[in-house]
Amino acid sequence: MINKKVANINEAMHGVTDNMTLMLGGFGLCGIPENAIAHLVKTGVKGLTCISNNAGVDDFGLGLLLHKHQIKKMISSYVGENDEFERQMLSGELDVELVPQGTLVERCRAAQSGFPAFYTPAGFGTEVAEGKETREFNGKMYVLEKAFEADFAFVKAWKGDEAGNLIFKGTARNFNPAMCGAAKITVAEVEELVPAGTLDPNQIHIPGIFIQRIFQGEVYEKRIEQRTVRKKS
Amino acid sequence: MLDKTGIAKRIAKEVKDGYYVNLGIGIPTLVANYVRNDIEVEFQSENGVLGMGPFPFEGDEDADIINAGKQTITTLPGASFFDSSMSFSMIRGKHVDLTILGAMEVSESGDIANWKIPGKMVKGMGGAMDLVASAENIIVAMMHTNREGESKLLKKCSLPLTGVACVKKIVTNLAVLEVTKDGFKLVERAPGISVEDIIKATEGKLIIEGDIPEMSI
Repeated sequence: MINKKVANINEAMHGVTDNMTLMLGGFGLCGIPENAIAHLVKTGVKGLTCISNNAGVDDFGLGLLLHKHQIKKMISSYVGENDEFERQMLSGELDVELVPQGTLVERCRAAQSGFPAFYTPAGFGTEVAEGKETREFNGKMYVLEKAFEADFAFVKAWKGDEAGNLIFKGTARNFNPAMCGAAKITVAEVEELVPAGTLDPNQIHIPGIFIQRIFQGEVYEKRIEQRTVRKKS
Repeated sequence: MLDKTGIAKRIAKEVKDGYYVNLGIGIPTLVANYVRNDIEVEFQSENGVLGMGPFPFEGDEDADIINAGKQTITTLPGASFFDSSMSFSMIRGKHVDLTILGAMEVSESGDIANWKIPGKMVKGMGGAMDLVASAENIIVAMMHTNREGESKLLKKCSLPLTGVACVKKIVTNLAVLEVTKDGFKLVERAPGISVEDIIKATEGKLIIEGDIPEMSI
């Protein structure tokens, strides 16, 4: 067994410096690497380019990094839940690249899988396709999109083992699997880290080969963005 | 004239037995409430769930189980979770049978704009561009006019596009229309709305053939 477990979060985050490009898993606040984000806030590393579907909310998730002006550029598909984000974007402090959601995840997966680029129909005829190569296949037009290049990927899983194998829960899976192995170093944080041999190999979502470092997060707030319920009748 | 619930009820009639359906945020979300209960339908949410159920009972909500609107949800028997890449394989690969989404503007050639108002609102396109570029069966739920009474069914969209020549059917508070190569074809009138009302509220080319029936909901 090749052991990916690191002693603590400092070791997990070692090597993250100013002006790096980071991938961060999650959809809204669901499945975000909370402990990695908290550590980035603490260290004050800045000039970051963040690839993440959303930008958190004003006081949680990537919103915490935005608040401290640590992010130079965001690459996301939807950023509508964050007032500070909007303010920084409209004032020009923050550079933003909006990418269709399916293209965003596939640009991660392409980096993971060794594809330099791929064609997608998403965004053809819109401003997303401006300046990009387009091509017709079977009478339909497609846009050439390129794989991301990132220094670190921070992902969050439900359970993991010391070999780096990961299991996700519910819709907290989202962007996390495609980001594993899509950057030079992938750091996985999990709610429960178990010894190798504990997890059933049939149930593994992401094999440890894609992960360089794994640790158990100290605490998970798992904040709910839109609490919608019905009354028990 | 229909309200938002009325639009959702009319669209629900387009949902057929055996359909996998993706619902956008807003009016489309309401459609799930009015689908006939004697047919089998599964709702897909692009953040990674197929077989979405109703909102959880108070106290049962789980931060790890949400829909694309970030609302807490439940799952039904037969449901599955998957990652974002597989979710968009379902969408781009045309495995989803019906896509229902909102729009700010639609053009007579089927272009749709629903993600950006330059200088005012830039929230992002989320999964909308992937959905409209691939889905073969797209129904748009929208108001026929804006608050100033100006038509949102145009010759040409004025806002940045989400997709070109992709909308097939539109259900508004005034009418049901199909997008044809010649323009918007009027199919049904909302209760209490005349053909003249619809002509007045439509800037794009409107095709009216024969008597236009009033919709039943």
